[in-house]
Amino acid sequence: MSRGRRRLIWVAGGAVLLAVLGPALAPHTPTAQFADRAYAPPMRVHLFHQGSLRAPFVYRQVLVDRVLRQYAEDTAVPVSLRWLRHGLASIDEAQGPLLLLGADSLGRDMLSRVLHGARWSLGVALTGLAGALAIGIFVGALAGATGGRVEAVLMWSADFVLALPGAYLVLVLRGMLPPVLTPWEILGFMSLLMAASAWPHVARGVRAIVATERQREYAEAARAAGAGRWRIAWTLLPAARGFLLVEVVLLLPALLVAEATISFLGLGFPDSSASWGTMLDAAYNPQLLAEAPWLLAPAAAIFLVTLAAQIAQPPASEPAPAAAPSAASPAVA
Amino acid sequence: MSGSLFAFVLRRVVAALAFIFLVATAAFALVQLAPGDAASHLELSGTSPEAAAAVRARLGLDQPESLQFARWVRGLARLDLGQSTAYERPVAELVAAGFLKTAMLASTALILATAIGVPAGVLIAAARRRWATLGGAVSLVLLSCPPIVATLALMLLAVRTGWLSVQSGALALPALALALPMAAVLERVQSRASAEALDSRGVAAAMARGIPRRRLIWVHALRQSLVPVLGVYGIVMATLFSGSVAVEVMTAWPGLGQLAVRAVRTRDLFLVTGCAMAVATMIALAQLAADLLRAALDPRVREAR
Repeated sequence: MSRGRRRLIWVAGGAVLLAVLGPALAPHTPTAQFADRAYAPPMRVHLFHQGSLRAPFVYRQVLVDRVLRQYAEDTAVPVSLRWLRHGLASIDEAQGPLLLLGADSLGRDMLSRVLHGARWSLGVALTGLAGALAIGIFVGALAGATGGRVEAVLMWSADFVLALPGAYLVLVLRGMLPPVLTPWEILGFMSLLMAASAWPHVARGVRAIVATERQREYAEAARAAGAGRWRIAWTLLPAARGFLLVEVVLLLPALLVAEATISFLGLGFPDSSASWGTMLDAAYNPQLLAEAPWLLAPAAAIFLVTLAAQIAQPPASEPAPAAAPSAASPAVA
Repeated sequence: MSGSLFAFVLRRVVAALAFIFLVATAAFALVQLAPGDAASHLELSGTSPEAAAAVRARLGLDQPESLQFARWVRGLARLDLGQSTAYERPVAELVAAGFLKTAMLASTALILATAIGVPAGVLIAAARRRWATLGGAVSLVLLSCPPIVATLALMLLAVRTGWLSVQSGALALPALALALPMAAVLERVQSRASAEALDSRGVAAAMARGIPRRRLIWVHALRQSLVPVLGVYGIVMATLFSGSVAVEVMTAWPGLGQLAVRAVRTRDLFLVTGCAMAVATMIALAQLAADLLRAALDPRVREAR
């Protein structure tokens, strides 16, 4: 396996792992509110206490002024981090909550909320992606293997869906559904929408690959051996593996942003099961941002996932797969 | 020659009209499929069934779907998109106001993105390796900032430094938030296309004729490379309008996106579909413009399809 391909697999696998394991790594539950910790800043992890090296520890956080929301470190007592007891790292409950990424307006731990939100945000993007792959591979293989009028109609509809303004499509469809849904209903509904808007990216590339591979000798050999149209298409599909891998990593951030947008607009996940988009809804007040920039943690999470996906892309000097210009977020944002 | 250009233009215009009509029909079908209609909220709020029936009769909602569809299509021809239930004003009026605002934001973002992305791409394609790496890294970071993240980052920058206004109605912040990631996309495509054009035989022949390098880069190679770059604009446009929904809400820009979000919240379906159609129209027009420019630059484009 080439190095480029391995990088792509790392990114895709990392996203799956984060979605599955994210909540288990969190020190607190996403809805736990800590008294006197509204807008508490992130606690720093230290290594030196009074000049001597220790295992990683934090200082206890104390509220100095409730009105001005000022906090300070109690540098007299170092509190050791405990590993893998509650999530990845935690501290003794008597010493107060561990807030490595600060707290929000209700005194909830941002890190725990981001990690729990990963389940919803990445979960929706990944299930939507799976749906888009299923539809896209089917339509692309069908178009590439049959050609003629079927191909023309299928590819025309793919172009049609690509030209639609995704965010508005989602808004129209969301307007038709009941306003209040359970988180799992939202997950299902949003993945369907994402699959419905992202499949053309997959279908166009698969069609192009199947159509070229069809001219090659092994396809002819399959035909000569009496294989039917579907059997041949099935034989040709492995040629699209590299393209599909690139496409998965390209679409993942796009769908992640789509989720963030819908939830940000208050049409996605509710606050009780907050996704990254839901959390951003609480952050977009400029004055608040100036005082508590750690509220941008979910935006940073989106940025990091997108950056990883961009870095894993094959460099421009290599021959690009058919759908290269879709590098921008095709689905919603 | 001019005949084939005319045929190309005609085909493209027909395709754009077909696209708009299809979106309009789909929007209408969705409104029909949705549970309830514009009069249901009256019944829910305690109006008598007789009064609700009267409203239905007034709006023509008691007629068969086919008749309603015919009436709606006839309305479309006169730019009548129905009545907003929440604002109790014609949808067309509301949409027109939002349309102008969104078009203003989108075109500013488009101009900014082009002014930054295209020259940057040309420079990076012709630059020495070290500068090209630096430019590539910058556009990698910008590519990873979708508009929703870019808006928040710019807001933070704005309140910390005061370089940008965060007041509602200020154009700079939302336009930049939309333009920066798009500029990175354009830079990517442009630098690749420019590099390919610089390697092409046409440019080699021009070099052999003794044309200075600067002119090769900015005239000969640029002209060749613009065709694939304009091809990307179609896709970029759909992305731009989608991205502008969140940006408009965040920065309180009174455009179509904000209108559509409000309409969904109040279940004002005619208004939602009106917004969607207006955006589809804008995309179709922008795509048409990009195609015509491409055809003007490269005769081969006219022959295709």
